[in-house]
Amino acid sequence: MNHLLGIKYLTEQDIELIFETADHFKEVINRAIKKVPTLRDITIANIFFENSTRTKLSFELAEKRLSADVINFSAGQSSVKKGETLIDTVNNILSMKVDMVVMRHPNPGAGIFLSRHVKAAIINAGDGAHEHPTQALLDTFSIRERLGGVAGKKVVIVGDILHSRVALSNIFALKLQGAEVKVCGPRTLLPKHIESLGVGVETNLRKALNWCDVANMLRIQNERMEFSYFPTTREYSQQYGINRSLLESLDKEIVIMHPGPINRGVEITSDVADSDQSIILDQVENGVAIRMAVIYLLASKIK
Amino acid sequence: MSQKVLLTAKEIDILLHRLACQLLERHLDFSDTVLIGIQPRGIYLANRLTKILSEEYQVKDIALGSLDITFFRDDFRRGEKTLEASTTEIDFLVEGKRVVLIDDVLYTGRSIRAALTAIQSFGRPKEIELLTLIDRRFSRHLPIQPNYRGRQVDAINEEKVKVLWKENDGKDVIYLINT
Repeated sequence: MNHLLGIKYLTEQDIELIFETADHFKEVINRAIKKVPTLRDITIANIFFENSTRTKLSFELAEKRLSADVINFSAGQSSVKKGETLIDTVNNILSMKVDMVVMRHPNPGAGIFLSRHVKAAIINAGDGAHEHPTQALLDTFSIRERLGGVAGKKVVIVGDILHSRVALSNIFALKLQGAEVKVCGPRTLLPKHIESLGVGVETNLRKALNWCDVANMLRIQNERMEFSYFPTTREYSQQYGINRSLLESLDKEIVIMHPGPINRGVEITSDVADSDQSIILDQVENGVAIRMAVIYLLASKIK
Repeated sequence: MSQKVLLTAKEIDILLHRLACQLLERHLDFSDTVLIGIQPRGIYLANRLTKILSEEYQVKDIALGSLDITFFRDDFRRGEKTLEASTTEIDFLVEGKRVVLIDDVLYTGRSIRAALTAIQSFGRPKEIELLTLIDRRFSRHLPIQPNYRGRQVDAINEEKVKVLWKENDGKDVIYLINT
């Protein structure tokens, strides 16, 4: 494996190796001195054609903790606006002796396309509504950490499944590791034939929560919605948002996850997001360790 | 491939006791000293020495840790295989302490070079010493020498020294293997 383009291309053993490596990096980033010199002869370009705060910061921090040289590029301030093609843009960056590219792009498959045309290791940091592999890795890594494993666990992914790359990558990662998966949301935000991925479909949030061990709450992606999928945000929140009283009325205590950024009061209320049941901030911490592991393992293949 | 026994269980036991006594001579009550086994193979030696010191010489509360050097090695991307890490377990500060690094075989010295860098992530030690069971003479790539050595061995580059431990490999024995 020379690129990380999607969870779809990984095996269970690949994920196990990434997790074991991430365990060691998690120990490293909790030291007083959080840096190791491993990648000091590697240069990484973070190319973001779409907005991002935590993913970009998390990748950049992971790269710096490994002592790689880092250059950042955002499409907003670049020659892309002047009409340069993707391959030209990336090849120009690569001629400055860059070894690895971390790319986020609004078009599904952009990473796969790039991997066929340029000579560098590619990490997909989100391609449209397709995949976001490092997010799914850190999500399942956090489940493994909290519950001791992923196999046999019941996970429900709640919200905007239709526009979510996090949902698709999570479904692949969870199924690969032997978890049971359901998706839950308004019919309009559930893709047709989603069952063909081997996941259950539930439109009643209370039923879904009573079934699961873990609920992964997704954000409503207003920026990807060209028309209305539900009447009002308030109505969505009443039917598909979770709050303390809903959680307390369940038969058991479940783990709450959210990939961020949170719309507080829409998909999740503050008293839930900040409670002990929520592992939202653990996800962020684990994100750095997971990305260090992915970068380390891919960098070891560069000759 | 041929192999011959370099040291038997009995000989290893005598060496371990001598090394423990040498440590004792210099560090007495170990109040300021920490022992660090280098992963993956140095931890058995470190555990064994700690056991002898605490059980036979009544040294109490020896600080013992294990250090993984994978991310500090200088041969990343130079071999065919991806270097896989082991666990680092150092639940004390080494700031101002006398550190004894412990590894089974000293060969090129590159592992020890990496360990010297890695240990700095845990503070600035007062001094660092090196203890090794087997010292392969004339094969160093770096100016590194042990403070305590079990046995000095002359081995050519094609030969390999393999240290087996009862708790991991079923028996205590050291082989010289000709590949």
